[in-house]
Parts: sequence; C-alpha cells; structure tokens
Amino acid sequence: MKSLESWGRYPQVEQRTQALTWRSDALPEVSGSVLPHGLGRSYGDSCLNGGGTLLLTSGLDKFIDFDPATGVVRCEAGVSLDMILRLGAPRGWFLPVTPGTKFVTVGGAIANDVHGKNHHCAGTFGRYVRRFELVRSDGSRRICSPDENPDWYGATIGGLGLTGLITWAEVQLKPISNPYVLQETVPLANLDEFLVVARESEADHQFTMAWVDCLARGKKVGRGLLYRGNFAPPQFDGLPLAKSHLSHGIGLAVPMDMPSFCLNRLTVSAFNWLYFHRQNGRPKQRLTHYDPFFYPLDAIYGWNRIYGRRGFLQFQCVVPYSTARDALKDILERSSRGGLPSFLSVLKTFGDIPSPGWLSFPRKGVTLAMDFANRGEKTYRLVEELDRVTREAGGAVYPAKDARMSPESFAAYFPRHTEFAGYVDPAFSSSFWRRMHPVSLPFSLESERASGAPQPQSVLALR
Amino acid sequence: MKKVLVLGATSAIAQATVRLLAARGASLYLVGRNAANLDAVTKDAATRGAAKVESKAVDLNDFATHEALVEGAFQALGGLDGVVLAHGVLGDQAESQATWTATEAVLRTNFMSAVSLLTPLANRFEAQKAGTMVVISSVAGDRGRQSNYVYGASKGALNVFLQGLRNRLAKANVAVVTVKPGFVDTPMTAHLPKNKLFASPEKVARGLLRAADSRKNEVYVPGIWALIMLIIKSIPESVFKKLKL
Repeated sequence: MKSLESWGRYPQVEQRTQALTWRSDALPEVSGSVLPHGLGRSYGDSCLNGGGTLLLTSGLDKFIDFDPATGVVRCEAGVSLDMILRLGAPRGWFLPVTPGTKFVTVGGAIANDVHGKNHHCAGTFGRYVRRFELVRSDGSRRICSPDENPDWYGATIGGLGLTGLITWAEVQLKPISNPYVLQETVPLANLDEFLVVARESEADHQFTMAWVDCLARGKKVGRGLLYRGNFAPPQFDGLPLAKSHLSHGIGLAVPMDMPSFCLNRLTVSAFNWLYFHRQNGRPKQRLTHYDPFFYPLDAIYGWNRIYGRRGFLQFQCVVPYSTARDALKDILERSSRGGLPSFLSVLKTFGDIPSPGWLSFPRKGVTLAMDFANRGEKTYRLVEELDRVTREAGGAVYPAKDARMSPESFAAYFPRHTEFAGYVDPAFSSSFWRRMHPVSLPFSLESERASGAPQPQSVLALR
Repeated sequence: MKKVLVLGATSAIAQATVRLLAARGASLYLVGRNAANLDAVTKDAATRGAAKVESKAVDLNDFATHEALVEGAFQALGGLDGVVLAHGVLGDQAESQATWTATEAVLRTNFMSAVSLLTPLANRFEAQKAGTMVVISSVAGDRGRQSNYVYGASKGALNVFLQGLRNRLAKANVAVVTVKPGFVDTPMTAHLPKNKLFASPEKVARGLLRAADSRKNEVYVPGIWALIMLIIKSIPESVFKKLKL
C-alpha cells in the first residue's frame, strides 16, 4: 500500500497505485475498486480511493494532434494544462477556461468540470471538450461528444472519474494576441460593495475574482480586493515574441511541512491587513504576464505544505443571488467567529452559461472558496455547518474541494445524481463516492475501515 | 543531431529523449515493436514540434530486417546524423540461471541485436565521416553481480563492442557515446521497490542529450553513478565474491 495524498492532505487513506502508460492498453486487472488519479490537486477525498487502487494517469501524457489554425488540441488525459499552455501559448492559443493551478490534468479538468475567473462569460471547461474516449471496465471504448454517446458525455463531464477512464480528449483553445493581461485591482470595503462591483465588472472584463479578508468582522465582512482583467491587445507590432515573454517567474518550493504555529489568527490577520492596505484604497492598473495572473500559487511549489502535516480543508460553495448576501455573510462570520484562519479566500460570480455535465458544480450566483487549517473536530464541525448553511440557501458545495459534505447535501446539490449513478462504472469508486453512498456495496466504508478485512472481489477479475 | 534514428522508441528513456529532440525541431525516424504505442509516440513527437517524424513497427530481434531498416531510415529522412539505440530487456536472473533459452533471449536483444544494427550504421557513418551514435547501456555492465549478471553481461559485452567501435570511428569524426544509467523509474523497473537512487526518464534523457551534444565517450546518468561504480569496481574480487550484491 502506498499513500498518495489529496492536495488538502485530509483525509489520509491507504491505497494501492497502478501506473498507466499507453492509451490503447486495456484497464489493468486489480482486486477491489479503481479510480483514475491525475496530479492530485483535488482537495478532499474525490481523488482518493481508500482500500482500492488509484490508476495513475500522469503517464498518459502524449499529445495526439494540435492544429495551430483552429486551436483544437487532442491529447491524452494525463497531459497537464501546463503542457497545453507550453504548446499553445507561443502559437497564440490559450486555455478557454483555467482553474487557479495549471498542474491539473485534462482528465481531471473534465472529471471536475473546472471553472475559472471567466465563468460569467465562458462557462466551464467541459463546454470546450469536443470529444473524448471513455474506457469502461467491461472493456468497452466509447467516443463521447455532444453528438456521439451524449449521455456518457454528460455523465462524465463533472463525473468525478467514476464513469470510467478518459484516455484522451479533444479541447478547443481560444486565440490570444499576446500572453499579457491588463489587470485592474479594486479595493472593496465589504460584501455589499463586492456584489455591486463584481456585477459591474462582468460587463467589460473577461476575468474577475476577489480576494477577501475572512477575518474582517461586522460592517467590514467581505472586505477585500477585486481583480479584473482582459488579455491585452496586440502590442508587439506583429513581431514574434521573445522567449522571455513566453515564460515567467522563478519557482519557489516549500521545502518542508511548516509547523502549525506559523499559521494562526495573528499571522493571518497581519498578512491580510498588509495585503489589503498595500492598495492605498485606490484602483490600480497594470500589465501582467498570464502566469502570475492566473496561477499565483503555482509559483510556490507545494504551497499546501504551509498547513503542516495535518493539512487543511477547503470549502467552496455557490449560492444564488437571491440568498447570496445573507448566506455569505453568515458563512464568513461563522468562519471568522470560529477563530480558524482561512489564509486564502476567494469570492467570484458565476454566470448562467450551462455546462453539458450533469454533475457540474458552477451555477448562477456567487461562489466563495476558503481553506481552513485542519484542527480536527472543530474544523470538521465548522465545515459541516457551512455545508448546511449552503444547502439552506439553495446553493451547492464543490465536490473537488470537499471532505465533509453530507450525503443529503450531495443529493440536494446535484439533482441528477440518481441518473448519474446509473452511469458509474461498477469497478470504479472513490472515497468521496462511498461517503456519499454509505451503503453502496461491495466497496463500503466499513470494509475500508476494518483492517485485514478480505478484499472485495473485483469486477475486473470476474470478467 | 538533426536527423535521428531512434531504436526502441517506445521505451521510457527513448520517449523522453524523443520529446527533447522534437522540441529542438529534429527529424526523427522512430522504431518500436508495438504499433499502437509507436503511433502514440510518433504523434506526440509531431505535435511537439519535430520537423518530420516517420516510424516503423518491427521486432528488433529479427536481425534479417536490420539492413533494410537502416536503409529505410536514411531514405526517409534524407540521411542520418544521429542514432539513439534504446531497446533492451531486463530479463529475469532466476529464469536465466534455470535455462539457456532465457539467457539467450537477453543476450540476443541487448547485445546481438544492437551489434547487428550498429554494424551497417557504423559503416554508413564512417563513410559520410559524420554522425553521433548514442547507445543506452547500463551500470550493470561494469561488474558482474549475482543478482543480475546475465543482464550485466549483455551490457558489459555491449560496452566493449562500443569501445572498439569508438576507437575505430574516431578518425572518421563519428562519436560513439555509451550512456550508463543507474536505476530509472520506468515500466521496466515497475516491479522493483523505489529508493532515492531512482532517476526519472526525463532526467536521464537530458543527461543523454548533453552527452551526445558534447560528444562524450562514456557517461553515467545521473553522474552520482560514476562514484558508486568506482567504488563497486574497486572492491577486490576476493572480497566481492563473498558479498551479496
């Protein structure tokens, strides 16, 4: 048993691993359940398979085709967004939608139907997935697209890796005229101001998001900085860009787990105060390379280690506009009252562009992401409370960032979950999925917990 | 190396090398056994910027095809100035000890097929008075050890053959580079428990191309293996034979 962690490093489970190398190979025959696992950037347990096997897809990292005229890239599921940017950006093509890290595989981006700072005008990643191949444990291979096997297409986008193994996918990139973003930073006094400025910004900015100081209380709840931007217009007079324009930044690494006393209410509030006041209360404009604009945290490799060995819990919810103000105020106040610092909290608005994925998380409203250092029961209870508040507000919690939502919440958030369950591959499972379906034998939580329990018979072995 | 023949192109080290060569805009002729896997590597190389990629799926244990294969590579790319020979098998020491058949299979793939391919290649490179031949050997060829001496012998024989070839081709301006990787984390070693000495195929590929560019003779990749093997080679045989290595 080798232990692979999720990005939040909670929960810790024991699981086997099996590396995949060739897209034309059959699925490996293993006992127990399997789950595809890319770069492990999901925060909670949706990329873990305690007691089972993770199919490591990072070896499926070959490109199949790239057309510089149309911007359509076809590649294996283990190709990372970083690799696509290295291929596309120098040729004038960028990801249509990107999450806050480029160290995500294409398969993972589909399985979680990731979103970015441009959801209000672009929707989710899944919308740009033209086709992909899905391999099931019965040996079948399906090409899935809006026209071919559309049901499998819909189930697999946002399907958390449970419908089978995506071997390759075809993604439509979008043209850019240079790799720089014209970015504007606007200080926000509180949540109400965010709600106004964010909506206004949507009209003429492709990218918006706001950092919030989650320790601010009272009238200052929701105090923060809103970042908005657009790719800069051509400014290099048609000359080819120098190499230095195409890559950016030095990489720093967190060399070891930081002791937990480094992150406490005092240090976080000092950081937040400095971060906020650096702005002098005025909007600022600057030109910035896409790398620090989209991936500020990627520059610090292994930043999750600042939370120490116990890791952290991420919580991201979306709530409809009708309930947003009260629900988000409630959530921010609860987390602030709990005295557990959230180092990085992000507010953003989602538009109403629908995703083809049945279990897609983004929906029209306001989304808030926070992370909490893992302090045991206290933290679990807080996150569970936030889940309940979200549910009561008619919102949803993001499975890719969750480790505590209740099965009832999952059912409420994803009304197509029963239909989806019919598409889950019998040999595939995850710790998250079993948490949502505590009685779904044969891969139950109970057998995971009971040490030395006999391995459940593999559906693959029976074939 | 601008026009390169890669033998055993679907092996992990070769794949990583192919990517680096493709990114440099080289023309490539890729040879591998499994057609589907070879196709995946070929398309990957083409997408990553190779000027031209051709491929041929053959089993390199069929020596009769070698002359035609080399001829085909020269024709397809309009000449060759580089070869990366990367095919090989680890074999199973216990099986090799039990039967000659298993031993022969390792010797045929790792040594004889390499010699069979390098013979026509060497003659052509010698005639054109240019070229770089990079051959992936192994630290296991430096000293026979009970745990894998059949594999080691196949690589040891290869090393001696390459020394001779280097000696012969030096005056023809042809470089013969023997690359000796240590433990590499590849499908070939998937069954072995990993430790800190295991290097990634990417790291080995970078070292391989550095050695090829500077026309080195013999290189250990990663470099730490030069020291490790110096120590292992300097243990007196009377002591060595009592060790469990």
